[in-house]
Amino acid sequence: MNRVVITGQGSINALGHSAEATIEAMREGRCGIGALELRDVDRLSIKIGGQVRGYDPEAEFNRQQIALYDRFTQFTLLAAREAIRQSGLSFSGELATLSGVVLGTAGGGVNTWDENYRTVYEDGKNRVHPFVVPKLMNNAAASHVSMEYNLKGPSFTVATACASSNHAMGQAFNMIRSGMAKVMIAGGSESMLCFGGIKAWEGLRVMSRDACRPFSANRNGMVQGEGAAVFVFENYEMAKARGADILAEVVGFAMTSDAADIVMPSKQGAARAISGAMKDAKINADDVGYINAHGTGTAANDKTECAAVADVFGHHANNLMMSSTKSMHGHLIGGTGAVELLACVMALKDGVIAPTIGYEEPDPECALDVVPNEAREAKVDVVLSNAFAFGGLNAVLALKRAP
Amino acid sequence: MSKSIKETVIEIIAEQAVLEPSDVTLQSTLEDVGIDSMGLVECIFSIEEAFDIQVPFNANSPDQSEFDISSVAAIIAAVEKLVADQST
Repeated sequence: MNRVVITGQGSINALGHSAEATIEAMREGRCGIGALELRDVDRLSIKIGGQVRGYDPEAEFNRQQIALYDRFTQFTLLAAREAIRQSGLSFSGELATLSGVVLGTAGGGVNTWDENYRTVYEDGKNRVHPFVVPKLMNNAAASHVSMEYNLKGPSFTVATACASSNHAMGQAFNMIRSGMAKVMIAGGSESMLCFGGIKAWEGLRVMSRDACRPFSANRNGMVQGEGAAVFVFENYEMAKARGADILAEVVGFAMTSDAADIVMPSKQGAARAISGAMKDAKINADDVGYINAHGTGTAANDKTECAAVADVFGHHANNLMMSSTKSMHGHLIGGTGAVELLACVMALKDGVIAPTIGYEEPDPECALDVVPNEAREAKVDVVLSNAFAFGGLNAVLALKRAP
Repeated sequence: MSKSIKETVIEIIAEQAVLEPSDVTLQSTLEDVGIDSMGLVECIFSIEEAFDIQVPFNANSPDQSEFDISSVAAIIAAVEKLVADQST
């Protein structure tokens, strides 16, 4: 089996327009959540979110590109550019055929759906732009990355709601591990912060109107975010041979299904995914120093996740740190696991644990060290990243410090 | 005269619970009639649609919402209040 390392990372989200800016914000415990600025916001009951601010598509892409790139694709391409530039890789010849891209998104081109439904239903027009379909399709982002960087190997898009990115990165990991690919561009993207995207979530009655406070007793729901994060997963021998700067090693992955309920989480399903990732990585529970939690800030997720961690780790649950960075960047749905992997890399590489901000009151049902409100310096060797999706689909990644 | 608020709320709850309205009593709790958290969210949606009101309800803290869901009678009273507030 081949070892897999990360040699590049990129992002754009409410915390910043690069991986570096995001990590700096996480280190400072900054909050990217604020008042939403979008059309018809006065008709929404949820008026906050983790929006990407100060972003001008026309400064990044030309008119023809914008006609084809939904916002989720734009975010993906910006994150991919940063990641691939950092890796120093270029793709031609045999390497191109052994390299691909697998990305997660839950909704794909939600803004494109929203704008064009408005055109035909609200404005009563009978004609839409010719590129609506290639713009909104869920695989548009993965395809444009493959086209931009000449990635001719296996590429596809994974949609498993809030676990999409983790499922995508898990596939990328296993494809390199098995020898199917040498390099995989992996991560995820989401851009649902438009009228229709938020209206749909409002209906579920699980959204907070004021803040995302994971694990805090007074938490009152999730807050949506938007953006992307993309990583370069690379065969370790190849990275070593070319003297690449290695950020972290990916060592394990597991996915499970609750087979129970379409929205309520299951402790057993989550616990099996966590223990499965450790077994896959051949690591002991005691080795894990940090878990980047799914930590949505809903009543149901947070207590179920803490119970699952307590079950899996026993006494060691009291020694490890577990934080939810959703408190800062919001829930990026299909892109969330990718942005959260930045916090995992930061923990391993820089020895800084991202905090759970907005934490106000201890909850006896979430009695773990959630790194409240301020980042902490700590040396950790092994970290996990949890993602538990609606539909009961769970995906957990295990990472180690760079070899 | 149109149906009373009480009758309409009971009909909504009965439909969600797949019961006859006569099987839903004022003392019943949602649990008694077999409505879970998702069923509750659907009931509230139906109530909002039927009366054109906004029901203050957050599924994260159903017990702390201003909207009392402890029994069918409590729900009817809460809806009557919201409807009255709206017409003033």
